[in-house]
Amino acid sequence: MKTQIIKKLKAISRPKKYPDDTDYTSISLEDIPRLATSFKVDSRKIEIIALEEGMVPERYARNMKTFSPEDQASLLKSQVSIVGLGGLGGTVCEILARTGIGTLNLIDGDRFEASNLNRQFLSTRETMGKYKTEAAVKRIKEINASITVRRHDEYLDDKNSDALIRRSDVIVDCLDNIKTRFILENASKKSGSPLVSAAVAGLSGHITTIFPEDPGLKLIYGPPDDLKSKGAEASLGCLPSAVSVLAAVETAEVVKIILNRGSLLRNKLLIIDLLDNITEILDLLP
Amino acid sequence: MIVHVTLKLFATLSRFTPDSADRYPIAPGTTVKHLLEKLGVPEDDVRLIFINGIKGNLTSTLTDGDRLGIFPPVGGG
Repeated sequence: MKTQIIKKLKAISRPKKYPDDTDYTSISLEDIPRLATSFKVDSRKIEIIALEEGMVPERYARNMKTFSPEDQASLLKSQVSIVGLGGLGGTVCEILARTGIGTLNLIDGDRFEASNLNRQFLSTRETMGKYKTEAAVKRIKEINASITVRRHDEYLDDKNSDALIRRSDVIVDCLDNIKTRFILENASKKSGSPLVSAAVAGLSGHITTIFPEDPGLKLIYGPPDDLKSKGAEASLGCLPSAVSVLAAVETAEVVKIILNRGSLLRNKLLIIDLLDNITEILDLLP
Repeated sequence: MIVHVTLKLFATLSRFTPDSADRYPIAPGTTVKHLLEKLGVPEDDVRLIFINGIKGNLTSTLTDGDRLGIFPPVGGG
């Protein structure tokens, strides 16, 4: 069947030019689901086959050259868990859906309330009182129907964490409290998957990437036993500018991990302070 | 003799920032702990200490021209 799909893709493809005037072969947005229906396969599979044959689904055209078609296919074959669907998580969903991560595994037991509206892009007047996961699934599907979404309407804890995050290529910590971050880190290490972790208070925040063998969060927060669950955000809140910047950096780390490219924030902490326009990368190891 | 350090207190700690944070005078041999006591920063609120971009601790000694940054625990999202 793959041969037939390739033949059909080639027949419907169109030559186009990138803004720099170089050529590519495009598959239109509408043709992807049409082919998926006629061959009775997922639209994601159609996109992967197209990319592996060097054809570019038009929705990914502006990812190209930074990514190769093979890179884009790798992203579509990947699974990323997003834990927490508030300010960080909502923005991470939006960006990873547009980037074209093939499977998004969403974990949050919370429902939207009015105080979320300042920063949580999935919260609207319409979604008040609804599960954050429900709004996330709807938004992701509106953006990119090729993405498989797994929805878990439950809070991560030390009993369910292993099952909730298994088979993730990368896990993104978008939680809103320090205690659960340590539970997630522990589960990530057990699962053997890298964790990207960001946290925000007011106009400040920081982000790091933790592979299973790395010391991780204790370098930032000290021993977990000494900690209150909430940090400075309890008195400063979380501002949408800081939340969005940190979420965007998280997604860049996710993509670099999957494609094994660029520099990661392993054993490093990128701190961002939008009050005084400070960005700095700290070495967490002495 | 007096030496100078640059101070940046993040998030909730910013209220302890002295006027002369860009060129704050200290006695040579001053530790981070001494400096925070002088500024009235509660030690419990200090989570992450970095000096010239490298993680330090309360007993780190400050020298002329050091850039000291202090973060409270931050966990929101």
